[in-house]
Amino acid sequence: MILFYLHRLIEIFPFFLKGLWMTVAVSGLSLFFGTILGFLLGILRSGNNKLLNWPIGVYVSVIRGTPFVVQIFIVFFILPEWGIQLEAFPAAVLALTMLGTAFICEIVAGGIMAVPKGQWEAAASSGLNVVQRLRFVIVPQAMQTILPPLVGQYVLLIKDSSVVSVIGVTELTRVGWLTVVRIPEGLMVFTLVGILYFVISYPLIRVSNALERKMAVREVRL
Amino acid sequence: MLENFNLRIIWEYMPFFLEGLRNTFLISIVSIFLALIVGIIACACRLSRWKLLRGVSIVYIESIRSTPLLVQIYFFYFGLPTLGLRIPELQTGILALMLNSGAYIAEIVRAGITSVESGQIEAGISSGLSYFQRMRFIVLPQALGVTVPPLLGQSIVLVKDSALLSLISVMELTRCGQVLTSERFMPTEAFLTVAFFYLCIYFVLKMLADHSQKKLIFREAY
Repeated sequence: MILFYLHRLIEIFPFFLKGLWMTVAVSGLSLFFGTILGFLLGILRSGNNKLLNWPIGVYVSVIRGTPFVVQIFIVFFILPEWGIQLEAFPAAVLALTMLGTAFICEIVAGGIMAVPKGQWEAAASSGLNVVQRLRFVIVPQAMQTILPPLVGQYVLLIKDSSVVSVIGVTELTRVGWLTVVRIPEGLMVFTLVGILYFVISYPLIRVSNALERKMAVREVRL
Repeated sequence: MLENFNLRIIWEYMPFFLEGLRNTFLISIVSIFLALIVGIIACACRLSRWKLLRGVSIVYIESIRSTPLLVQIYFFYFGLPTLGLRIPELQTGILALMLNSGAYIAEIVRAGITSVESGQIEAGISSGLSYFQRMRFIVLPQALGVTVPPLLGQSIVLVKDSALLSLISVMELTRCGQVLTSERFMPTEAFLTVAFFYLCIYFVLKMLADHSQKKLIFREAY
């Protein structure tokens, strides 16, 4: 019986690859937008502007303080009540981007604030304007502290993308869920799903660890 | 935007929400307690002298960390019945949460233990203390202080993760929101209330985490 199901599973394997592709697409798009917005908000947050800091702080706390399932339900069910009708895919990308932005914002702000104040002053006295200071002096140094947790955050985001299956995006987890109805071998089906997630996230975890080690060495040399 | 917001329905369902909140509490407390045990055992195996134990714990920790919790929940939910084990949803969910958080806690505890200098352990060995005495009197008292803030961070994650149990119909906070949505079709009221309750839990735990972090820095400086 198990062999029969295994054979069926191999037969519908292309379906899984499609799901994997969907997972990569959803998380890739939200990683992209989340990184851009996260860097923007993070740079704004690292400044001492209270007027900006307060709303960003509230946004970050709300996102970090609520489960992602609840967030995706809010985006998917509540936005239509306010007249914004979204398909499942854009809703998923929107919710994941909002999540990624909040976490990346904190990482970036922390990294920038870890750069010694003297660097800002030195850059300012060299006649660089604010954008130049950030672009050539502060952000390159902050990247050392930002990069390892940023890659770690990407892994978390890819894993969180499994939750968008609840609003019907046919990504990897949803494919597993749809398959298990036809092939009642839960262990087999979800082991396969797990392996496919492992294939994407494990290399990223290794990259994050390697970066952390590399950055740590560089810090000692200072 | 929220002109149709119906406070009365929230009030009507309040006992229902409070019960969900209580269940979320209970699930989280039981799971974090069990996860702590699993985590400490996994960490002891990870640092063990025997290769086999080390190998098993590495496979456990890495496979949990590189797959989404939702897939793990489905793995047990759909997988255990195929093995002939029929356990209720609640216990399945707690099992998944426990194993998931256990892997992360193992890494937290490991970071704490490796932060204790090896000279301390050597001093313990040369004073004639046994393995358990060394752990009990030298390593753990020093390691535990460092692990408290990240453990509180992990419990924040666990409370949010417990929301995923709603997807296998465990009656917790998020599930209450889903029920209200399907009974009265009021997703705005339902999920904003749910989000509010999660935020309350988040702020309390966050305050504890920040407090323990501050105390730790103070103790180190002292």
